[in-house]
This record gives sequence, structure tokens and C-alpha cells, in this order.
Amino acid sequence: MSEIHAETVAFVRETMLPAEAPPAREAGAVKWLRENLFSGPVNTLLTLLGLGIIWFLVSHFWDWFAHSVWSANSLSECRQIIAETWGEGARGACFAVIRERWNQYVYGFYPSDLYWRPTLVFGLLFVALAPVLFSESRSLRRLILGLTTAVTLILLVALGTPVLWLIFAAAVTIGASVIAERHPLYLLIFSALYPLLGVWLLWGGSIWGVIMVLVGFGLGWGAWLVAARVSPMLSAVAAALVAMIWWIGFAGAAASDAQNLIPLGITPVDSDQFGGFLLSITIGVAGIALSLPLGIVLALARRSDMFLVTSLAVMFIEFIRGVPLITLLFVASLLLNYFLPPGTNFDIILRVIIMVTLFAAAYMAEVIRGGLAALPKGQYEAADALGLDYWKAQRLIILPQALKISIPGIVSTFIGMFKDTTLVTFVGLYDPLKSMSDAVRASTSWKGIYWEPYIFVGVIFFLICFGMSRYSMYLERRLARDHR
Amino acid sequence: MKKSVFLGTVAAATMVAGMGMADTLADVKARGELNCGVNTGLVGFAAPDANGNWTGFDVDVCKAVAAAVLGDSSKVKYVPTTGQTRFTALSSGEVDVLARNSTWTFSRDTDLKLDFVGVNYYDGQGFMVPKELGVTSAKELDGATICIQTGTTTELNLADYFKANNLSYSPVNIDSNAEGEQQYMAGACDAYTTDASGLAATRAAFADPENHVILPEIISKEPLGPAVRHGDSNWGDIVRWTLNALIAAEEYGVTSKNIEELVKSSQNPEVQRLLGVTDDLGAMIGLDKEWAKRAILASGNYGEIFAANIGEQTPIGLARGLNAQWTQGGLLYAPPFR
Amino acid sequence: MTDVSAPATPPFRLSMLVYDRRYRSMTFQVIVFVLVMAFGWWLVNNTIQNLQALGKDFNFGFLFQRAGYDLPQTPIPYTSDDTHLRAAIIGLMNTVIVSILGCIAATIVGVVVGVARLSNNWLFARLMTVYVEIFRNIPLLLWILIIYALFTEILPAPSAYRGEDPAWSMVLFDNVALTNRYTSIPALGLTNDPGSLELGARVSVSWALIAFMVVLIGGWMVRTALHKRAQQIQDATGQRPTTWWQTLAVMTVPSLFLIWFFGLHLLPPELKGFNFSGGMNVDNSFVVLWLALTLYTGAFIAEIVRAGILAVSKGQSEAAFALGLRPRRTMNLVILPQALRVIIPPLISQFLNLTKNSSLAIAVGYMDLRGTLGGTTLNQTGRELEAMVLMMAIYLALSLIISAGMNVFNSRVKLKER
Repeated sequence: MSEIHAETVAFVRETMLPAEAPPAREAGAVKWLRENLFSGPVNTLLTLLGLGIIWFLVSHFWDWFAHSVWSANSLSECRQIIAETWGEGARGACFAVIRERWNQYVYGFYPSDLYWRPTLVFGLLFVALAPVLFSESRSLRRLILGLTTAVTLILLVALGTPVLWLIFAAAVTIGASVIAERHPLYLLIFSALYPLLGVWLLWGGSIWGVIMVLVGFGLGWGAWLVAARVSPMLSAVAAALVAMIWWIGFAGAAASDAQNLIPLGITPVDSDQFGGFLLSITIGVAGIALSLPLGIVLALARRSDMFLVTSLAVMFIEFIRGVPLITLLFVASLLLNYFLPPGTNFDIILRVIIMVTLFAAAYMAEVIRGGLAALPKGQYEAADALGLDYWKAQRLIILPQALKISIPGIVSTFIGMFKDTTLVTFVGLYDPLKSMSDAVRASTSWKGIYWEPYIFVGVIFFLICFGMSRYSMYLERRLARDHR
Repeated sequence: MKKSVFLGTVAAATMVAGMGMADTLADVKARGELNCGVNTGLVGFAAPDANGNWTGFDVDVCKAVAAAVLGDSSKVKYVPTTGQTRFTALSSGEVDVLARNSTWTFSRDTDLKLDFVGVNYYDGQGFMVPKELGVTSAKELDGATICIQTGTTTELNLADYFKANNLSYSPVNIDSNAEGEQQYMAGACDAYTTDASGLAATRAAFADPENHVILPEIISKEPLGPAVRHGDSNWGDIVRWTLNALIAAEEYGVTSKNIEELVKSSQNPEVQRLLGVTDDLGAMIGLDKEWAKRAILASGNYGEIFAANIGEQTPIGLARGLNAQWTQGGLLYAPPFR
Repeated sequence: MTDVSAPATPPFRLSMLVYDRRYRSMTFQVIVFVLVMAFGWWLVNNTIQNLQALGKDFNFGFLFQRAGYDLPQTPIPYTSDDTHLRAAIIGLMNTVIVSILGCIAATIVGVVVGVARLSNNWLFARLMTVYVEIFRNIPLLLWILIIYALFTEILPAPSAYRGEDPAWSMVLFDNVALTNRYTSIPALGLTNDPGSLELGARVSVSWALIAFMVVLIGGWMVRTALHKRAQQIQDATGQRPTTWWQTLAVMTVPSLFLIWFFGLHLLPPELKGFNFSGGMNVDNSFVVLWLALTLYTGAFIAEIVRAGILAVSKGQSEAAFALGLRPRRTMNLVILPQALRVIIPPLISQFLNLTKNSSLAIAVGYMDLRGTLGGTTLNQTGRELEAMVLMMAIYLALSLIISAGMNVFNSRVKLKER
């Protein structure tokens, strides 16, 4: 720039102009709307369609929701309140039925003075799950355990729990929170004991049965140690054999003898008193806990190179996957007694759990087989190259990776199974959806109420299943070891 | 880990139940509890309340049997059974008595290997229609849509009746009474057919019972009664005579109120035998002397049970009709206690 | 292993059954086989003993006895005098009908929603997400019950159509009546009825229907031939002859002729007595089950479709755009064919699920296989073992047929690796 120019030119800008605001149609909300809702004729049409759907739903159901009544003792009283408050002819939801029959929906016909037991079992479920599911993140574990402790203890106090049990609950939950800070893996001991504790607390009865089952594990472990010196190959067989002999041959008698000697137990509760979400969750959790290991075994069997094992696994899986769950449930309720020794008769809930487990396990096996197949062959070869035997290779190298890949599939199998627990209504159990709602409607005061119970049960199922699927997505992200 | 617990439980269950089912009485006594198969929910006959306490006409039969056998009418485990599962539950040994408003028919008594021990309610299949339909006879139901519960004898009766009268209809199959009510109230069927007692119970619970009529035609005989497994006659005797004791008690004027007094004062030899004052009838069926007294004390005699659950004072409001004592023109006739 | 020249096969010892890898799997298989056989024998033996104790036998003779009950919807003629076997067959037909229609509709819903979830339209994509999440996370049984209740409570009884000033009136030019019992649609009438072909067992097919089938299949074959020829000409000369009017003519003219020849017309339903007659009444139990299965499975299929489309690498669509293909053609020619390979296998299992879920018909009283053979027949005859075994065998066969058929399709769309 020469000076001449500076003199000849009338004006020279020496600073940059500030950027102009974009045109109104290219900025802010308008731009967003243009891009996302009205970018073309088709898009505009879709937006209008979407708005139409929303408007339809809101206009038809909003006043019904807005006019909901939460406290009344019968449907007619409810309708009266609606008519009084919002004028004659107004529609309204009567969620008072949920409020009045809340206990029944949650606990079924469980004795009301024992409500604390299922509540405690449910609370402890999270403690038991903490080392398994929430081991990835310290803050999440802290949150879960803290919440569990607080909510469980408050509920237990509200439900009038005996003091001894309250102390026990406090000790376990708070203890778990403390232990989790230092050695989260120690909590696995509690997780292993939890199934026994849960079954005992739910069904009640003598504690000696639980102890005798534990003794069986102890004996099995002992047999393992002894046999391992002779031949490591036989140790597993010996352990299983000794434990089985104990459980089948002696445990029952020993438990009743011990009970006669030192009576120690809590009020027994029969299976027919289970109902509502207590039933769904019991069947669901038991089925989930049992179907995963069974599914892994089936998947390994199907991929095994032993012809007979493979074909048996294929037959089993394809049979179970080929028939509807409802027929399996009918088998549980109608036919199982034919297949067992004459005079055998065992609990219907147990029978249903077995069938649901087998059903879910077949699906689980296919999901895990997919995970196993997706694993690069190099992993198998690397395990072989390290000289690991089959089980060590599976346990240390193959399964951890295969299961990680299959998490979404596994969780959606869980969700499917939990939803399927509603089908138990067809074999005469009181599931929350149909049987319980029918039972509520059978009383004269709530005759003719349909939508409210359905909506309530649907929302609960949605929350649980949606929560599970979101958690699996979170887990998938946390566990992703590649592409960091 | 959990699996083993279950195996243990299964093993224990097998051992307990492995004693065989030939001697039901011994099983029940050993168990200390009577397993009684009931309806999943039919108000008046068997239905759980909000706390899971079962009440109803059929339930009281269970209570009476439990009182006679175990001495405690609360020692009953109610097993809700659906129309599908009820007979299997009995034949598989899951329940000891089936008191679930089941009709006594030839094939059930023989082919299904059940033993019906008596009749606790004489019923018949009827139709209910809304008054506004203007129908006064079942014969006018040509072309109508009719709601019917699947898996019951009513399904067969309906088919037979319409065929015999050369009428046509379209069935709407429903799964439970609650669902039938829903469909009927919404007008999804013109008529609802089931046992007349069930119709009365259903109608009574409507907000506007006066707008619905039960048609005069009763198209079938439905003797409802408790059933036991075929092959254990002694157990069958116990249930049969418990039911008879309830019926006889009404005939002789023995009620739960005056029973203690009658034990001391009654001069009627039949009453004395019934209540175990003189002869020991109980020993003949493997029970003690006072079995019938306990059975009657459980929820009263037949008349009291009827009145408390389904009688005219209840919302269900059934008249005695065929179910009156034979002395009152009904069909109830207990064989002599001798 | 110090002596290399030693014979390769050492003498057989018993312990080799456990320690030698070659024999170990054999040993293991034999043990498993024996255990499974023993378990099977135990079950069969128990069953025999139990049946004996109950005085029952294992006998399918009941299938040939009179059924004695009526069915609401029968694809082939049926009265209460027919056998249980015929009732079971009708149940099977009902299962197959609802499954096939459900699979078709669910696929359409799934594809539309799956694509819509990926749409640029923020609102519509969100709405579809809400639909998918709600339906996937709530039990199917609840959807069936809710839709059933909706139909029962909101639609009117047929009597609402009666009178001078009816509360409801028929839709679609007085052709369709929606009621809370059924949807009444017009039936097809023929002025010149050619009669029907008797297939025996009171099953007959109208000759008119056969004529239409023949014409349509023939038209399709001619169309294929035309296309082939057009392709040949294009390959030879580079010019593709215009064939659309020929195709159109081949596909429609013969059918139009048949319609005129047979005098095909609609018979609208009419309210007579208690119910509509004259038309065809499609029971709500069917519609409800079909709708619930469609919406529920559609949500799952939508997820599968979405995942399939997302699985196609972005480079593919970018390459297609670079070639100048428009978005729709990109979708049809580039993305969908590749996505299909990912979509088909899980789609098969959804179809299987839908078929199996159709057994929930029990909740609405639609008389499918479970309702007839596994329901009323089982109940009236007390033959639970036979009925259940037969029913499970049929369901199993259905599943195997579906998966076999879909696998054939799958192998056709699979990536051909040359």
C-alpha cells in the first residue's frame, strides 16, 4: 500500500465489519423448522400428518386424563365425583382403583403383615446385582446402593418390619455399600447366597432347608477337593454326585430332623398367595437367572464338534423355539404330572418357572451362538496356542468376549421373557395384567373398569422393560473396548 | 446355584408326594391341609377378596370337608382352576376335591375318571338379554349373536338347542365370566348364556339389573357338584357324606347356632346319630365321632350356606327353587344317616 | 516321546477313554447318549404308569367323534355334527390365515416405520420412535386386551344402525358397517354363476375363482416373457422397447372381461334381525388379533429394518449420490438390496414369533388351533395328552415350514460370492 493511494482514496476501512446476522429464515428456530420439518413437500406433509396424529390423540384422551380421580371407593362413586367436579357428561379416568387395590396389584394375596418380606427381597436384589451389573462404574454403583439402602429401609419401616429383620436389612444394605467402596468383588459372596435367601424369605418356612442345601454345596466342594488329588478329571463328577446324593437322599430328612430339634423358621407362604407384580417379578428374575447359564451350555453344545451333543442341542432348541410358550405353560399345568413318577406333585409356580426357563434358554442359546460365531477365529486359535484346555479357553477368552457381543440380544431375550410372564394367567395364576384385573372387576364396586388397570400395568411394564433396554445400551457402550 | 435349590425342592416334593395317591384321607391328614380346586373367580360361588380370603358357596363345601377331616375349616388351600385345567388338576392329584361348579355328566363321570359325589346346586342353562331387545323367549333368538364361555358344557347345550329348534346363531367365545360381562354390556352379543345361577349373579351386579331379563327357557340340566378322583371310594364317601350332612342338617333344623344345644338336648335319633351323640358313624369312614358336627359348624348347614352366599338376602339373590329341601318341593334329599 | 521310531499307536488302555483326546469325546458322547436315553425312558415309563393308574389310554380315536360345538368363523363349512378332526383343521386354517395376513401387514408397517425413523423430519421420526418403544416394551397380551376393549367399547352394536335416524351409519358409500361384533363388508356376487368345483369333504371352490386365478397367473407369465424379450432387444440394440401398455393390457383386460362375463358385483351388507347379513362379517376377534399382532411385530420389524439400513456403510449412499442417483433410486437400487441381507434372518424369527404369538387368540376367543384342538376339544374329551402332543407337533411343523421357506428366500438374496 503506497501512501499516494491513501491520500487519493476517499475512505479506507481499517477494521473488519462485524458479521451480519443471517437472514431471519436462515437462523434460529425458523431455520431449524425449515430444515427439520418443512424441507420439502413430502416433509411438510409428514409434519402435518404427525401433528394430526398428536392432535387426534390429545383431543381424544386429554380430557379423560385431566379429569382423573384418585380417591374413591367404587366406580360409581368415582363417576359421581367426576360429574360433580367437571359437570354432567364429563369423561374422566378413575385411577382410584389403583390406589385402592394397589396392594393386590403389587403383592397379590400375600399376607399383608408379611409385605416386608417381598419388599426386602426386592431391595436385596439390587445389592446382589451390584457386583454383577454395576461393576463398571463406581459412581453408578454408589448411586444404586445408596438409593436401595434408603428406599428399602424407609419402606421396611413403613411396612412394620420386625426389629430383628430391620437390623438385618440395615446391616446388609449399609454393609454392602461400605464393602462396595473397597472390594466390590466381595459382594459376589452375597450374590451367590442371594437366591437361597430370596427363596426362603418369599416362601418362608424352616431355615434348615436352606442350611441343608448349603451343606450340599459344602459336601460337593469337599468331594471336589478330595477327588482332585486322585484325578482332576473326576473331581467335577464326584462333586456333583456327592451333592446330588445329599440333596435327594438326605437333605429333606436332615432338615426336618433339625427343625424338630431346634425349630427355627418364619411363617410359610403358599404359592397360591403369590400374585400381581410379585409373581411376575419372581418368575421373571428366576427365569433370567436360570436361563443364562442354561443358554450358555446349550450354545456351547450346539457349537461343539461332537456330533451327538450337537444334534441333541439342535433338537432341543428347535423344538422349544418351534412351539408357542402358551403350549409349554399348558404342558406345565396339564401334562407335567404325567411325565413324573406317579403321585409326584410339585408347586405350580416352580413348574411355570421351569418351562419359562427352558423357553428363554433356547432363545438365549441362539443369541449366544451368534456371539460365539461373531468372534474372530484368531481368538480360538490364540487360546489353543496358549495351551489352554477347552473349559479354560471358554472361561477366560471366548465367553467373556462372546457374551459382551451378545449383550443386546441377551437383554432383549430377558425383556421378552419378562413380558411373557403375563401369559401365566392362562394356567390359573394371578398375573397383574389379566387375572388380577379380572379379580378386581369381579367385585361389585369396580365392575366395568377396563382402561385404568390396563394403563397402570402397561406403564409399570414399560418402565421396567425400557429401563432394562436402556441399561443394556449403556453397558454396551461402557464395555466397548475397541475404537477408543 | 439357584437350580440346585429347585432340584432340592423337587426332590423333597417327590418324597412327600411319593406315598401314592390311593389313600387321599391319609395324605390330607399327613399334609394337614385340604387342597380344594375352585373357580378363579365367580362371585357367590368362589372368589378371593382383596386380601385373598376365599368366600362362596363352593368354598364353604371345601371348608366343611376340611372341618370334618382335619378339625379346622381354615386348613384349606384353594387352588384356582380354569375351565381348562380343573379336571387335570384333580386327576393329577394337585387337588383332593374339586368344588368348582362343574356339571355332573356321564362322560365326565366315566371317561374322565372322576367321581361326582353329589349335587350341591341344581342348575340349568339359561339366557339373559337386554330388555330393550323385546325378546321374551329363547326361540326368538334366531340369527342372534350369543356370548358363551369356552370349555364348558354350555357350549354343547347351546349347539344342541339351536340345532333342535332349527335356529341359527353366531357364537362369541369368551374366556372368563368377567369378559363375558364386558362383551354383553357393550352389546357385542345379543344374549349371554351360562348357568342360570351365574346369570343371576352377573345380572345382580349390574348397575341397572331391571333392564335385563333372564329368559324363561332353561335348556339343560346342570347338576353342579363336588368331584373326587375315581378309585378312592373311601375319600369319595367322606366328601359325599359331608355334603349330605349339610343337607340333612337343614332338614332336621340343625344350624350352626343351635348345634351345641341340640347335641345335649335333641331327642331325634337321626339328629343324635348325625351329631355323633349315639352311634359312631364317623368310624365307618375313618373319621371321629364329631365329624359332621364340625362340618356343620364350619359355615352352617346347607340352608345357611345358601343364604349367606347366594340367597335372596345377598346381591346375587337366588331363590331356592329346585335347591329347596324335598319337604319344600325341591330336589335336595339326603339319604338317611344310619 | 523320546523314541521317535516307536510304533505310533500305543496299545489301548481303559484309562485312555478318559485321558486320550481322541477317545474322550467318544466317551463323553456315549455317556450323554445313555443319560438322555435313560431320561427319555424314564419319562415314557412314568407316562405309561400314570395313564394306567388313571385308566386312560393313548389313542387319537377321539378325533373322529362328533365335536358337538359350534365355531364362529369357519373357512370351510362346519357344523356341530362334524368331527373333532374337522374342528382342529379349521383351527389350523384360522391360525394360518391370521399368521399370513399378520406377517404381510407387519412387514409393511415395519418397513414404513423403520424408514420413517430415519427420515429427516424431526417430528415424524420422533413419533415413530415413540411408537416403536411403546409397543416393544409392553406385553402383547396387553395390546390385544386394549385393542379388544377399544373395539368393544367404542364401536356400536348393530342395533345402532337401525331405525329412521340411526346413531351410526355405514361408511364407504354404505358398503361397510363397523360394529363391536364384526366388520361387515360387501360380499361378491355373480350374475352368471358357473357353479363350483367340489373337492370332497364339503369343500368347494367356485369356478369363477379358478378362472380368475388362471387368468392372473397366465397374465403374469406373459408379462415375464414380454420383459425378457424387451431385455433381449435392449441387450442387442441398446434400445428398450416400450412395454408398459402391453403389460398393463395383459394384466387387466382378461380380468375385466371375466368380471363382465360373470357379472361380478358387490353385495352390500344389510341389517336383518339381530345382525347384518348379505355381506361378509369379519369377526372382531380376528381383526383385533390381527391388528395387535401387526402393530406389535411391526415395531420389532421396524427396528430390524432400521438397523439393516444403518448397517449399509455410508460410502454406498455417497457413491450412489456421486453417480447422480436420486434419493429414492438410491434407496431402491443401492441401500435396500444390501440392507435386505442383514434384515432377512431376524425377519424370519419375527415371522416365527408372530405365528407362535397368534396362539394368544385365546384372549379374544378367536378359534385358532389352540382354541379348537387345544381348547374346546381337549376340554370336552379330556384327552389332554393326545391333544397337546398333536397341537405341539402341528405348531412345530408350521415353524419348520416357515423357516425352511424363508431360508430359501434368504439364500436367494444372499451375497453371491463368486
